[in-house]
Amino acid sequence: MGLKRNVSLKDGLRYQGKGPMLTYVLHRISGLSIVLFVGLHILAAFLSQQFGSNAGTFINDIYESWVFQIYIIFCGLFHAINGLRIVILDLWPKLIEYQREAIWLEWLVLLPILSMVILVIVRTALAG
Amino acid sequence: MKPRTVSLAKRGFDFETTMWIFTRLSALAMYLFALVAIVGALIMGARTQMNMADLIRWTFMSNPNHVLNTNVADLVPWSTSFWKLTGSAFVFFAATHGLHGLLSVIEDYLTHPGLRRFLRILVILILVAMTAIGIYVLWTS
Repeated sequence: MGLKRNVSLKDGLRYQGKGPMLTYVLHRISGLSIVLFVGLHILAAFLSQQFGSNAGTFINDIYESWVFQIYIIFCGLFHAINGLRIVILDLWPKLIEYQREAIWLEWLVLLPILSMVILVIVRTALAG
Repeated sequence: MKPRTVSLAKRGFDFETTMWIFTRLSALAMYLFALVAIVGALIMGARTQMNMADLIRWTFMSNPNHVLNTNVADLVPWSTSFWKLTGSAFVFFAATHGLHGLLSVIEDYLTHPGLRRFLRILVILILVAMTAIGIYVLWTS
């Protein structure tokens, strides 16, 4: 199925989808980040377990830095909470009318958890 | 506004519809697995050693090799086949969910039919390989 799309990247970026569009974009970015993170993690674990390679420690050093932890925890939490919204609205399609309210609720749940987690991560990092 | 619905007979139930519902249901399944692992970790004494990275290690792969560095007093409760089975199911759901997601993102931006077929085969190969590697690491650690 050869698809033809006449929307340029510039026009795509200018699209003002507001809240729902933001969650759509962030869902994709966070999803791809998690695939990359988990894929490399499994591969590194396999390499260091089977062949004693130090790829595992190299990748773990990156993964254990606090900047990376904040990034991946944001990706994980956002993907999980936004994913739950998508699941609920898709399985009960009548609720789609309240999509904007659901997105507000989603940020209301995400932000306190995320700030708490960031506080814990930064505090641990500062303590050494 | 009343939602317009098309009956299942008219719509058809093809592979992509199956994957659409699979993505939703595997998300719920992963919520369940993470919850079971968190509860298990708390029962096995995680509450005394709260640390974000450690809690994530427990939540997403409750396997003795994975929680080795987290100062757990006793690794024996983590090496039962219950945790290996839930871990394997988690790997399978996560890999399929993630790689199908990757595929749908790719197919939104690439339209050439041959390229799409090639990437589809490539993603299936990566999926099989990563699931096999993940489950192998789980059962041999």
